[in-house]
Amino acid sequence: MKEHKGIFVFAEQRGGKLSDVGLELLGIGRKIADKQQEELAAVLIGHKVKPLVDELGEYGADRVYLADNPLLEVYRSDAYAMLMQEIIQQYKPNILIMGATSIGADLAPRVAAKVNTGLSAHCVGLDVDDKGQFVGQVPGFGGAVMASVICPNHYPQMATARPGFFEKLERQKGRKTEVVNVDAKFKEGDLGIKVVGTFVEELKSRPLEDADIVVAGGYGVGGKENWKLLEELAEVLGGGVGATRPPCDEGWADLEGQMIGQSGKTVRPELYIGVGISGAMHHLVGMKNAKVIVAINKDPQAPIFQAADYGIVGDLCQIVPRLIEAMRISP
Amino acid sequence: MKPVNSVVCMKPVPDQRFWDKVRLDKKTKTLRRAGIPIALGPLDKMALEEALRIREARGGKVTAISMGPPGTEEILEWAIVLGADDAVLLGDPAFAGADTLATAYALAWGIKKLGGADLIFLGNESLDGSTGQVGPQVAEFLGMSHVTHVSKIELVDEDTLRARFHIEYGFIDVEVKKPVVLAVEKGINEPRCPTLWGTVWLRERKISHWSADEIGVDKTKIGLSGSPTQVSDVTTIELKRKGEILTGEPSDVARQLVQKLRAENVLPKG
Repeated sequence: MKEHKGIFVFAEQRGGKLSDVGLELLGIGRKIADKQQEELAAVLIGHKVKPLVDELGEYGADRVYLADNPLLEVYRSDAYAMLMQEIIQQYKPNILIMGATSIGADLAPRVAAKVNTGLSAHCVGLDVDDKGQFVGQVPGFGGAVMASVICPNHYPQMATARPGFFEKLERQKGRKTEVVNVDAKFKEGDLGIKVVGTFVEELKSRPLEDADIVVAGGYGVGGKENWKLLEELAEVLGGGVGATRPPCDEGWADLEGQMIGQSGKTVRPELYIGVGISGAMHHLVGMKNAKVIVAINKDPQAPIFQAADYGIVGDLCQIVPRLIEAMRISP
Repeated sequence: MKPVNSVVCMKPVPDQRFWDKVRLDKKTKTLRRAGIPIALGPLDKMALEEALRIREARGGKVTAISMGPPGTEEILEWAIVLGADDAVLLGDPAFAGADTLATAYALAWGIKKLGGADLIFLGNESLDGSTGQVGPQVAEFLGMSHVTHVSKIELVDEDTLRARFHIEYGFIDVEVKKPVVLAVEKGINEPRCPTLWGTVWLRERKISHWSADEIGVDKTKIGLSGSPTQVSDVTTIELKRKGEILTGEPSDVARQLVQKLRAENVLPKG
């Protein structure tokens, strides 16, 4: 009998809404659980979050560990880490996965240190090998290399996983899940960290990760005027606009949250069109899973052409307007 | 007001300009980075800057600490040139091959030997590994609170500070009592530039070298053998696609591309 059993996923919630990455991790978690013939559990921490339990079940969780307390409404590292530690010590999971969001990346290492186990960070691939060993794929050096990280002698085997790399299961309305209430009797005085304020930005547009088509620009776009061409192309295609670091730093447009790559967003659109982008590794890792990649650049030696399905060598001021025309004629 | 003693944890990383020179040793599955210069990451500079500003406001001391191979002295020298009072290098072959847990454990014991700290600063994530794990783990080993993704710090009173934890599309402001570990992110400050006085200052300072024995760690918890995670395989990423170059007049290539994309079924359905 194995002592450590079960695949546990931290179901991050903010303001009573489940994060996408938590549901994505239930998707990959379900596959691993089935392969291992183990249970898939979600850990849900917050206040008045019971309504989310059904949703977790419908996305694949066999069981939900629920901790509810008014002090847990907003994330706080000490309280959440303590609860995770209690859950781990009592229920002894084999594998524990959290989203590599700010909150997940803040919580996971603390929990790993508390229970003395290993944690692979910001994984872009998760699987179990033939021997049942959990393996996390971790990109390094700006994405130039990929390491397979394992944790063979400590439990739970932990990983944080980047949002946007795993697929949610189709929601099965009415799928049942079992709820296990976790004791969370905190008082304010027990905790070292006090939340004094929160702020949530209003989203101006759909997050880039959700766009089916992404038009991205790099330093080669050259300036604000040309940037408008990219925006127009994206508009014609009903897509989003992304960027490499230089246009963000240069301020050619309001690109808050639009940077793609190792230190920005990861996108997986049906179509990615890169304009004036040379193709540095730290950008490519953020878009390499696009179904079709198109590159437009005046330098025929630009590395992005190697990573593209279709390339056009030329001046973007000539090409992009023609492309906009051609797309308009043949939508 | 009581003076504030800060420790800044710094990581030696291979200079980003030379990353394409990092080669994979196919046999040992490790990265060969010999000959690649070591650099101080931008977030480490911001962590140091934040500590220096608090010293300027409140008095106290700033100590830089790092764990790393020979050559790591260089980033600690930078810290002194920029204004750190002291610097400590945990330099011992026994520390080599550490993952984040073993690294955090060693740093925590180094900080214990320093007599602890009111505030421990570090960059939210390193340039090379970018795990962002060491801060919370140092905090756990020292029994302190931690806040990561810190984009703003305000001292409230003797024992309390307010930190802004930057999360996706927003932030959480927290109040936390000293001692605390703060992992700072880009934009928290504009680090100062080195001055000539800094280099003079450097000549009067000595970087302390501490071995594993000197900081009294449990040797089963450091280095490769103290690391629960292992790298089982390393591969370079293959990104190559068909790379079909379309040629002709601009209007012609535009038409060709639209046809190809239509055939791939990736254009919006009109």
